[in-house]
Amino acid sequence: MSHAPHKGETVALFVTCLVDAMRPSVGFAAVRLLEHAGFCVEVPEGQTCCGQPAFNAGDEEDARDVARRMLDIFAPFDAVVAPSGSCAGMVRRHYPELFAGTPDEERAKALATKTFELCEFLHRHDASPLLRKWEGGPVAWHDSCSSRRELNIHEAPRALLRRIPGLELVELSDPEACCGFGGLFSVKLPEISTRMATDKAQDVRNSGATTLVGPDMGCLMNIAGRMSRLGMNIRVLHVAELLAGMTGSGIGENAA
Amino acid sequence: MTDGKDILARIRAARAGDPEAASRLLAEHPHGTIPAMARPADPAAALALFREKAQAAGATLAEVRSRQDVPDAVAEFLQRHGLPRELRVGRIDPAMPWETADLKVVVGAAEAADRTGFAEAFRGIAETGTLMLVSGPDTPTSINFLPENHVVLLRVRDIVGCYEEAWNALRADFGTSVMPRAVNWITGPSRTADIEQTLVMGAHGPKRLHILLLREGEETGG
Amino acid sequence: MSGFRDRARTALADPLLQKALRNVPRGFIAKRAKAKAALPEFEQLREEASALKAFTLDNLDTFLATFVERAQTSGAKVHFASNTEEANRIVIDILKKAGVHLVAKGKSMISEETELNTALQRAGMEMVETDLGEYIIQLRDEKPSHIVAPAIHLSRREIEPAFRQAHTELPSDRQLVEKEDFVAEARSILREKFRTADAGITGANLLIAETGSTVLVTNEGNGDLSSTLPRIHVVLASIEKVVPTLEDATTILRLLARSATGQEITSYTSFFTGPRRPGDVDGPEEMHIVLLDNGRSEILAGPFSDILKCIRCGACLNHCPVFGAVGGHAYGGVYPGPMGEVLAPALHGIGKVSDIVDACTMCGRCAEVCPMGIPLPSLIRRWRMEAFRQAQVSPVQRLGLKVWAWLARHPHLYALAMRIAMPLLKFALRWKELLRRIPGLSAWMAERELPPPQGRTFTAMWKAARRKRP
Repeated sequence: MSHAPHKGETVALFVTCLVDAMRPSVGFAAVRLLEHAGFCVEVPEGQTCCGQPAFNAGDEEDARDVARRMLDIFAPFDAVVAPSGSCAGMVRRHYPELFAGTPDEERAKALATKTFELCEFLHRHDASPLLRKWEGGPVAWHDSCSSRRELNIHEAPRALLRRIPGLELVELSDPEACCGFGGLFSVKLPEISTRMATDKAQDVRNSGATTLVGPDMGCLMNIAGRMSRLGMNIRVLHVAELLAGMTGSGIGENAA
Repeated sequence: MTDGKDILARIRAARAGDPEAASRLLAEHPHGTIPAMARPADPAAALALFREKAQAAGATLAEVRSRQDVPDAVAEFLQRHGLPRELRVGRIDPAMPWETADLKVVVGAAEAADRTGFAEAFRGIAETGTLMLVSGPDTPTSINFLPENHVVLLRVRDIVGCYEEAWNALRADFGTSVMPRAVNWITGPSRTADIEQTLVMGAHGPKRLHILLLREGEETGG
Repeated sequence: MSGFRDRARTALADPLLQKALRNVPRGFIAKRAKAKAALPEFEQLREEASALKAFTLDNLDTFLATFVERAQTSGAKVHFASNTEEANRIVIDILKKAGVHLVAKGKSMISEETELNTALQRAGMEMVETDLGEYIIQLRDEKPSHIVAPAIHLSRREIEPAFRQAHTELPSDRQLVEKEDFVAEARSILREKFRTADAGITGANLLIAETGSTVLVTNEGNGDLSSTLPRIHVVLASIEKVVPTLEDATTILRLLARSATGQEITSYTSFFTGPRRPGDVDGPEEMHIVLLDNGRSEILAGPFSDILKCIRCGACLNHCPVFGAVGGHAYGGVYPGPMGEVLAPALHGIGKVSDIVDACTMCGRCAEVCPMGIPLPSLIRRWRMEAFRQAQVSPVQRLGLKVWAWLARHPHLYALAMRIAMPLLKFALRWKELLRRIPGLSAWMAERELPPPQGRTFTAMWKAARRKRP
């Protein structure tokens, strides 16, 4: 993590597959925030996925093949920023391990040291939120497990959110608890995943928050999906959307 | 059945190891990090820490000024809890005149009918308020576990800060790498949380642990 | 044979179990956090413990041989067992030779691994578990559901009938309401067993090479009674339990109780070295130590050897959200939770237990709290790789991954596929019943809504925006 570009320099946005497919507004929010912080943002073409689904499913070979493309795509940039703790964690923590002993080991290490989760990057460069005022009631923060434990991000998103005038940030009773998403886990063991999502949803409701924000689309879709099934009326947004003031319709609300 | 040669051979094949470094470690037995709180500044601090930790673990404490005072202190404990004036002990110490306190003492290993056992600690470890007891002809282990009430005499001068100091004291007394049959670290009375995660005292071992702290300088025996 | 998912479903549908599992966070998690916070050197000790255990495993032959030699010098008899059958046979031979009728047993995970209780029963011996949790489990003819708190899945409502049925010598109108009632009743019943048992069998939390001692950590004192009163004491331990010195044991003991129950130390930590000495008035006449390998010497050579650092504190179970949701029985074996997901395949082969390695969201909380620094999620992932290599993964999942990976390597097709799929999905979400027939989506949508995609993909929108803004 030694490498950090200065303002005015170019950073590459790693859009991530869930943002690309499900919620492009998060990608645009990230671009705005980075530009507002003084960076030139490029979105290199040909991005697909970091390979994490295969990696966690034990399909090392496919994971490596998919990940190798990432090494190529992001090689020219000084810094890579992803609006996801999970994807950034995959690159930073697991790429060196995935490519250990292969000819790409050094390239993997190089990408690992220059890849950042969005909040972590913004906080490090003292970026300010675009949103000038929040009147949407108490906001709860969900630490994604990868953000908190793989990347050790704790203070950055909280500090950014606290800079929004009028925003009351509330802590969950068990912020360390997993929401039950876990990628393929939520599909393979949906009953357990649901039980965990229920616990998280109840924790959010008990916190008194009317909005939940977090750094990862996977968790947020899981929690939002469970909340709407439980009939809880809590808005779920990606942290980039809130920081950028793109607070239109929440995840799971009908956009139409 | 096997004498272990095949298992040891498999282990050797799995890891090369460094037999010399291993032997050195065994001989030198270096200690790891000793927490700062386990290194009290002076004996008074050690005593205070021992008291605090032992109490936190559920033990009760009282002070005695000499061995002669022990019988009365034990009698007081028995009376407070409505216990019969009977005591299981490991040995008769002439310095402790049990009969003066009207106590009936029985010498030897504990038996199921014993209500209260009396033992002397080898060391007290302030770090966690732990008593260290060692087995021997005069110090049967059963006394520490079978009776419902356990009274332990600990000389204040035998309180050390950390476990490591207690090990060194044991090595000094018994020899390097030589252990008594049983060394018992005892911290508070017996307890269980096996029913609904709620702590209940007195599972199988003693329900009460009472520590008599013997002040230095004012005692004669040893 | 039912799989993990079936057992998990049963567990989730069991209201009493669910109620009992809710005690886990209130108990273990909060207490551990408090104990850790009160010891500033915790992290440092954790690193040292991990390093000392790594060194021990590197030199296990030396330390094990030294342990054996010194234990024998103290008068203990040491037996090696390559596998579980051998271990049970050794124990039964010892007991038979000594004419044992009644065995008082302390808690031992190794005895669960070897299924010793069944073997003893078959050999016609009466054996009574003396750890309260294990005793309850024995009365109910169950397996422990947690390596530290065997009866954590039960509440008083379930324990009461077991006590009433077993303790017929007690008045039938006695009160069994408060937790204290249960503890007192078990205490009185088991006292008689301790008094009359011919042999005690216990496990060992550690073996100390320097002195040939076995270490037993308990809160109840049952292990000490089992190892002090009967004339025979048998210690069952696996070979990786050895540590070099008293100081090394101390470093680990500083972490063990804090990680397990949040205590600074348990009520009793006992170091046993050999049988009764000349002049002693109590202690066993014979002490036997049975050292079980059961595949561990092979694990030592492979990529899963870090699991041999495990000290069975249970912290990974207590902090695992999956364990917290379904309890230990769903794992179907002796060792549940994250450490079980790594150890069970190593002991039994991934082919037999491949489904339990899916029981992980990779949340990483287990590794964070492991006092021995075992990288549990990485090892679980490694088992998934092994399962994938050995084709233990379902063909549907395999195919899905292959198709996805192929697409992910072809960005133009990938972009096109997403561009077409997302609006379709958004549209199709109006007919949820239809989507629920698609594998994967059906599982997701059973108890959750699938948040609809916004419609267009980022890639498409970004491209369009670029075109407008050269």
